[in-house]
Amino acid sequence: MSSSAGNLKVVIMGCGRLGSRIAGMLDRQGHQVVVIDANESAFRRLGDSFSGLRVVGNGMDATTLERAGIESADAFMAITQGDNRNYFASQMAHEVYGVKRVLCRVYDPVREEIFRDLGLETFSPTSYGAQIMVDMLMHEPVRK
Amino acid sequence: MYILIAGGGKVGYHLAEELLNENHEVLVIEQDGGRAGQIRDDLGGNVLTGDACEATTLDLGGVSRADLVAAVTGDDEDNLVICDIARYRGVARTIARINNPRNELLFRKRGIETTISATQAVLAQIEQELPTQLMIPLLQLHSGLELIEIKLPETSPVAGRSVREVLLPAESLISLIVDPGGVPRMPSGDTRLNPGDALVVVSRKESLDMLREQLIGSTHGLDT
Repeated sequence: MSSSAGNLKVVIMGCGRLGSRIAGMLDRQGHQVVVIDANESAFRRLGDSFSGLRVVGNGMDATTLERAGIESADAFMAITQGDNRNYFASQMAHEVYGVKRVLCRVYDPVREEIFRDLGLETFSPTSYGAQIMVDMLMHEPVRK
Repeated sequence: MYILIAGGGKVGYHLAEELLNENHEVLVIEQDGGRAGQIRDDLGGNVLTGDACEATTLDLGGVSRADLVAAVTGDDEDNLVICDIARYRGVARTIARINNPRNELLFRKRGIETTISATQAVLAQIEQELPTQLMIPLLQLHSGLELIEIKLPETSPVAGRSVREVLLPAESLISLIVDPGGVPRMPSGDTRLNPGDALVVVSRKESLDMLREQLIGSTHGLDT
């Protein structure tokens, strides 16, 4: 998994700032990337150079996930604005489609901890961001 | 039992009402303050205003001592989160309402015991009602008489019987029988009735329910 040789099929749900950025990074590394978003206009964030697939639809919907090729995916990343939506789609990818790696963004730190205990690989930008900003404050400023 | 109901919409409200009538201890968690107030006014003080998807709200509602949590919001993802957090807090039994039948597998895999899909309930209802199409009104005659086509199902209580043995409502008459091959026959008392036969019957509007019961059977009726 640490390889950047371009051998993973990754389905990303949510083409916002973070989702599109991750999609672009993985695409440039040569991985096979599929991005799902309910709003077609969100795909403009991917830019012209993006060579992966774009699927318009609701990522919590089994039909959409199957259109995105979830059954053969090595990894699934849930990065919509909704914690519950991300959790639901992640569990779907994990439980129903047996995707090996499932990464789930959760804004609410309390829910994040529970979701992690329930077996998902979770990431909370809230708790992570808070920690970094407190660390920043306690150190010397980067710019004078 | 202590039962937590997440979601105070129509389903949650009526569920709470029923369970309270059965003398269970019930708490409804509803996000919308106005709706929560309305439920409180109608049902008593058993409402907590808050987001049931947040563990802190469920904790406030005493989730860890609940015997049962029913997640009946209109969103499948919220219902999954509520049930999973409840189970995480030690609740043995969780019931989720699901709206997309394709999500049922996921809930089952998550160990959420029973799932009630409104969509499926409606579908089941429709399937149950479909056999009433075995009875098609053809024509309204004078003085309240109607001409109806009735198709005999496999389970018809009169299948295999002769016309003479069939107990019809007053002023009702089997006027024509069309067999599955499309051949019409004038029925006599000895004519045997078979499943698949289409009967053209003259009857009164007020006798239609009884007619349905006699010829199609009560399991196919609307009144079951």
